[in-house]
Amino acid sequence: MFESIKNNMPYSSDDIVSGTPKEGDYDLQEFLLMEKQKAQLNAQIHEFNDICWEKCMDKPGTKIDTRTETCLNNCVDRFIDVSLLITNRFAQLLQKSAM
Amino acid sequence: MESSLSSGQLSGQQKDDLMDQVKQQIAVANAQELLTKMTEKCFKKCIIKPGTSLDSSEQKCVAMCMDRYMDAWNLVSKAYSNRLQRERHRM
Repeated sequence: MFESIKNNMPYSSDDIVSGTPKEGDYDLQEFLLMEKQKAQLNAQIHEFNDICWEKCMDKPGTKIDTRTETCLNNCVDRFIDVSLLITNRFAQLLQKSAM
Repeated sequence: MESSLSSGQLSGQQKDDLMDQVKQQIAVANAQELLTKMTEKCFKKCIIKPGTSLDSSEQKCVAMCMDRYMDAWNLVSKAYSNRLQRERHRM
């Protein structure tokens, strides 16, 4: 259901910034855009948690110890670093091969 | 948010209903995602060798695992939002 909303959003964010609201549904567009962004953020957190749980968690205890907490924190940051690094390097490779 | 109604459009009430529905469906989808992930992860962690029944130590492990998974989710969420904030400052 949400997928269909996401894919069929009739207006881009540009419309909202620059254009006049079409057919008076300005607030609805804005609402959907916000909800979409929130959903994307949430999906990202689910993905990070999936990855970092595998990396950092031993047998689940009565609470998350500080070592695991540090690991989770670092895991998120390093994953983003790797993602940025690979994106940049990949872009460089593309550029080189285009020349 | 001020509603800007024009002819032939949804009424304010209809709009509010629609927004509520969207919000609810997203919340349900979120809960489902969390449930699926927790089941997968905690099965993996706690049931090493599936026996003829779920014994009490396995049940305890699953209960704990659930709680820790949600703790981890919150920690990861915080770490991510901290990172986003830092990236925003750098720009």
